[in-house]
Amino acid sequence: MATTLAKETTESVEHAARLEHVSKSFATPGGQQLVLDDITIDVAPGEFVTLLGASGCGKSTLLNLVAGLDRPTTGSITTDGRPALMFQEHALFPWLTAGKNIELALKLRGVPKDERRGRTEELLELVRLPGAYGKRVHELSGGMRQRVAMARALAQESRILLMDEPFAALDAITRDVLHDELTRIWGETGLSVLFVTHNVREAVRLAQRVILLSSRPGRIAREWTVDIPQPRRIEDAPVAELSLEITDVLRGEIRRHGQH
Amino acid sequence: MASTETTTVKDGGSVEAGLDALETTVTGRPTFRQTFVNKIFPPIVALAVVMVVWLILTPIVDDPSKLPSPGAVGTEFKNAWLAGDLLGYIWTSVSRGLLGFFFALLIGTPLGLLVARVKFVRAAIGPILSGLQSLPSVAWVPPAVIWLGLNNSMMYAVILLGAVPSIANGLVSGVDQVPPLFLRAGRTMGATGVKGIWHVTLPAALPGYVAGLKQGWAFSWRSLMAAEIIAQFPDLGVGLGQLLENGRTNSDMAMVFEAIVLILFVGIAIDLLIFSPLERWVLRSRGLLVKS
Repeated sequence: MATTLAKETTESVEHAARLEHVSKSFATPGGQQLVLDDITIDVAPGEFVTLLGASGCGKSTLLNLVAGLDRPTTGSITTDGRPALMFQEHALFPWLTAGKNIELALKLRGVPKDERRGRTEELLELVRLPGAYGKRVHELSGGMRQRVAMARALAQESRILLMDEPFAALDAITRDVLHDELTRIWGETGLSVLFVTHNVREAVRLAQRVILLSSRPGRIAREWTVDIPQPRRIEDAPVAELSLEITDVLRGEIRRHGQH
Repeated sequence: MASTETTTVKDGGSVEAGLDALETTVTGRPTFRQTFVNKIFPPIVALAVVMVVWLILTPIVDDPSKLPSPGAVGTEFKNAWLAGDLLGYIWTSVSRGLLGFFFALLIGTPLGLLVARVKFVRAAIGPILSGLQSLPSVAWVPPAVIWLGLNNSMMYAVILLGAVPSIANGLVSGVDQVPPLFLRAGRTMGATGVKGIWHVTLPAALPGYVAGLKQGWAFSWRSLMAAEIIAQFPDLGVGLGQLLENGRTNSDMAMVFEAIVLILFVGIAIDLLIFSPLERWVLRSRGLLVKS
C-alpha cells in the first residue's frame, strides 16, 4: 500500500502528462469508428512535444482527451493539474477587453481580486503586449489575439499547455515571429507543451520531440528526438534536413490510404 | 553564442512591435458633421416631404372630419399642452408600458434560460413560445377583460402576453448561437455549471437577448395601445389609446391625429433613447458594428 502511494507520488512529479494505451472511438451511423488506437505518450515536466499528422489522425480528439473535455474509450490519462488549452481560433471572449479576458482566467483560478490586475499586466508584458489591457479583441490583429490567448492560457498556471494548431490561421511572417515568442516563453516559464500541428517544419522548429501519428485510426507511427539547439530558425539547415526525413515518412503513411 | 541569443530575442521583440503597428488600423468615431449628414438630415427631409404632401392634400380633400389641416392638429397639441393634459396622456401610457415591460423582463428572462437549457422544457413549450410571437397581442384583450375586468391588471396582463414570448425567444436564440468554442474555452478555464452560465453563456448570448428586448418593447407598446383603445373606463385615466378612442367617438379627427402622432413618437423615442443605444453598445464593444 505504502509503496503504491510512493510510486504514484513520484509518477506525478515525473510526468506533466501521461497517456497509457489510450483509444477512442465514436459512434457513427456505420457503427463504431476507431479514431485513436493505443496511444502511449509521456510528456516530462518542461518538455516540448509536437504531435504531427495528416488529416484524420485524431490530433484534436487527442488534445480534447488530455484537456479533459472528453473521455477515452479505453486507457488512462493523467496530467499534473488541469491543462491549459489554446485553439487555432483565439477563442477570446469578445465582450471583454484583452486584459479582462486574462483576468477572467485568474478569477476562475481563485486569484484574489487585488492581485489580478498586476498579474495580468505581467502576463501582457511576457507576450510583449504592454498597453493592450484595455483593447477590445476586435481591435487586435490576428497575431496579437493569439498572444493574448497565450497570456490567458498562461494565466491558468497549468503545468502543461496544450496547443491545437494555434498558428495555423496566421500569415507566415507572423507565424515565424510567434514561433520565436513561444520558444522564449517556454524557456522562461519551464512549462510542458504538447503542440499539435500538420506543419512538419513548425514541429521541428519548436519541439524537443516530434511524434508522428498515422491516420484512420490515429496510431503512433514514429518518433524523433530533435537535438538542434534553441533558438532555431525555421530556415536552419538541420531543421530543413530533419523536416525532409519526417515528411518522407509522413508521405509514406498517407500513401498507404490511397492504395485501397 | 550568448550574444547571438540576445540579438535574436531583441530582434523578435522589435519585429513584433512593427508587425503590430502595421496590422492595427485606427478607427475613429464619426464627427458630428458626418453624423448629421448621414443620420439626422435624411429623416428631417422625409418629415418635411410628409408635411408638404399633407399641406397640399388638405385643401384638395377639403373635409376636416376626414383630413384635418396640420394647423388644426397643432392647435389640438397646443390646447392639450395649455390644459396640462399632454404630459399626463403620455405619462399614463408610458408608465404602464415600462412597468409592464419590466415585469415581462422579470418573467421572460428566467423562462428563456429554462427553455434554452432544459431539453424537456424546450420540447414542451419551445414551439408554443415561438408560436405566440405570431399571435397578434390584441387577441388577448377580450379574454383579459373577461378574466380580470376593466382595470390596470388587465392592461399589464396584455403587455406580458405580448412581450414575454419575444424576450424569452430572444434569449433562447442568443444562447443557441453561442459558439461552442467559447464554451470549450470556458470549460478549460474552469467555467463550468453556474460559473459557465454566468461568465460565458449569458454574456455570449447578450446580442440575441438585447434584440429580444427591443422586439419585446415594440410588442409591449402595441399590446398596450390595443388594450387602451378597447378597454374604456373612467378610473383608468386617459392614456394615448383612450385619447385615440375619444377622438373617434367625438368624430374629432384632429384629436385622432394627435393621438397617432403621440403613439408613434413615444414608440420611436423609447427605442431611440433606450434600446438602440443598448444594442449599439453591445454590438460595438464586440466589433460587430463595422462600417461597410
